Amino acid sequence: MSQQVLDQIVKRFSDSVLSTHAHRGDETVVLHRNALVAVVQFLRDDPQMAFNFCVDITAVDLSAMPDYVGPRFEVVYHFHSLSHKHRIRLKVPLEEADLELDSLSHLYGGANWFEREVWDMFGVRFRNSPDHRRILLYEEFVGHPLRKDYPQRGYQPLIDMPTLPRPDEELPPLASEDL
Amino acid sequence: MSNALLLNDKSRGSKPGYAPSVDESDLHTEHMVLNMGPSHPATHGTTKFILKLEGETVADVDIHIGYLHRGFEKMCESGTWAQVLPYTDRLNYSSPLCNNVGYVLAVEKLLGIEVPDRAKYIRALVCEMSRITDHFTAIGAGALELGGYTPFLYGVQAREMFYELVEELTGARLTTAFTRIGGVKHDLTSDFWEHVDAVLPEVERLMIDVDKLLTNNRIFYDRMVDVGTISQDDAISYGFTGICLRSTGVGYDVRKDYPYLIYDRLDFDVPVGHRGDNYDRYLCRVEEIRQSIRMMKQIREQMEPGPIAVDDWGVVLPPKDAVYNSIEAMIAHFKLIMEGVKVPRGEVYSYTEAGNGELGFYLVSDGSGRPYRLRIRPPCFALMSGLKKMIVGKLLADIVPTYDTINMIGGENDR
Repeated sequence: MSQQVLDQIVKRFSDSVLSTHAHRGDETVVLHRNALVAVVQFLRDDPQMAFNFCVDITAVDLSAMPDYVGPRFEVVYHFHSLSHKHRIRLKVPLEEADLELDSLSHLYGGANWFEREVWDMFGVRFRNSPDHRRILLYEEFVGHPLRKDYPQRGYQPLIDMPTLPRPDEELPPLASEDL
Repeated sequence: MSNALLLNDKSRGSKPGYAPSVDESDLHTEHMVLNMGPSHPATHGTTKFILKLEGETVADVDIHIGYLHRGFEKMCESGTWAQVLPYTDRLNYSSPLCNNVGYVLAVEKLLGIEVPDRAKYIRALVCEMSRITDHFTAIGAGALELGGYTPFLYGVQAREMFYELVEELTGARLTTAFTRIGGVKHDLTSDFWEHVDAVLPEVERLMIDVDKLLTNNRIFYDRMVDVGTISQDDAISYGFTGICLRSTGVGYDVRKDYPYLIYDRLDFDVPVGHRGDNYDRYLCRVEEIRQSIRMMKQIREQMEPGPIAVDDWGVVLPPKDAVYNSIEAMIAHFKLIMEGVKVPRGEVYSYTEAGNGELGFYLVSDGSGRPYRLRIRPPCFALMSGLKKMIVGKLLADIVPTYDTINMIGGENDR
């Protein structure tokens, strides 16, 4: 990763940068969500930056983080430049009430599937996404399992579990339960 | 089945002996929708392709993945950092040791510790052995898809020899869980290198056999060249790494570009292709096996005796002898098992070169003994998102070898 990239972003987008840090050599920029597309466009197209490679898009639910006050979700982007060999991490905090973010699918072909996974696992909506279905789970699935309030062992089978109820017992509910 | 391509070809009407009474271009045609998978004999791993066909040409495809989703990242949040390790075997199960190494390197990066040299060499060694088994699987299965059963058997035979070496080291063929946070499980066995000496000539002989059967084989060549092609720009845009990126001519290899462990001390080449098709991916794999064997030989020469784990009871379990005879070691053992390694609060992204490309781990720690969030960046996932580019416009039958050469592994892709 590169300190120089971080400085450039702070210089150009000082209004939108919420904070920066470089823990264990991973330079990170925390951004306001409205600036995301502009920053990524700059990172991709500027010859000094040339981040032509979108490594990963994921999210973190911070609601169970001890001593943490702030927006519940963070969408995390990792970019890499094959020519300059530097990397950067962008983070976009999102409030639970308004989980929407601009899609990067028009900039990177691979972004769409990563965004679909973030939607699937965390329920973050991506505006202008060409394809916004779930990807790893099935469409009938209720909830977003990587959120911290989703139970660790929540069962949600697509087909009823083959449990035979006793005659005097009702069928167990299909909704997820912490067992 | 209607065939839009042929029906719209007006030139047919002028051929002698063929005088259609109606203008065929006005005929109603529609795509045939074919559902391939999720459990299809030719797709190794469960993926569903919903294909729109124009005759035998793929007009459009919708790829469904997730049939092997086990909630890996959710499971990891419930155990200690060390308990995640056996799960990583089940990511890319063709090369489990690469995942083991990738995971512990990520945790060590978050901890800020460095393991002793010998542990690094052992890790690099097992990574290369795993890479060889991965590539042999892909090459052998690739030939099998095209009807070549013999090269498959040779490939599997060679792979089996490496599995035996892995078994000797780790006690298991696939579910290895060999590395530890702060080191490796144990040292090499005393006669390990003798067994390697016995295996390598055999493997080289088998590789020559496979090479003779496939590389200049007319049928194999015709089915692989210019099939499953992807341009360099598309490959980069879709986040391809590993063999699939290198086959398009980009020489990006984490081992070369961001050396970890001891890869900066090894002399090896990174093979690249230029067409980005199945044949180039096949050739790159063959060459990488050779390079991995070359690395194994160098590791043998460079390796020196020494400790195989850091000397820190906060990270690595104390020796059994100390646990039974001293209260400090006993407490350290108990705390490590019950509470896990206390990884300081923070986040890191650590990446290594696994069998299929850049395997990344993004870890978030809240300072307790358990991962707060553990994200795996599977190389296959990016490859699968670009697979559509590689098969649309090509023949239906070409899906099978293309799907094989990107070497999708369900455990890693679906997690």
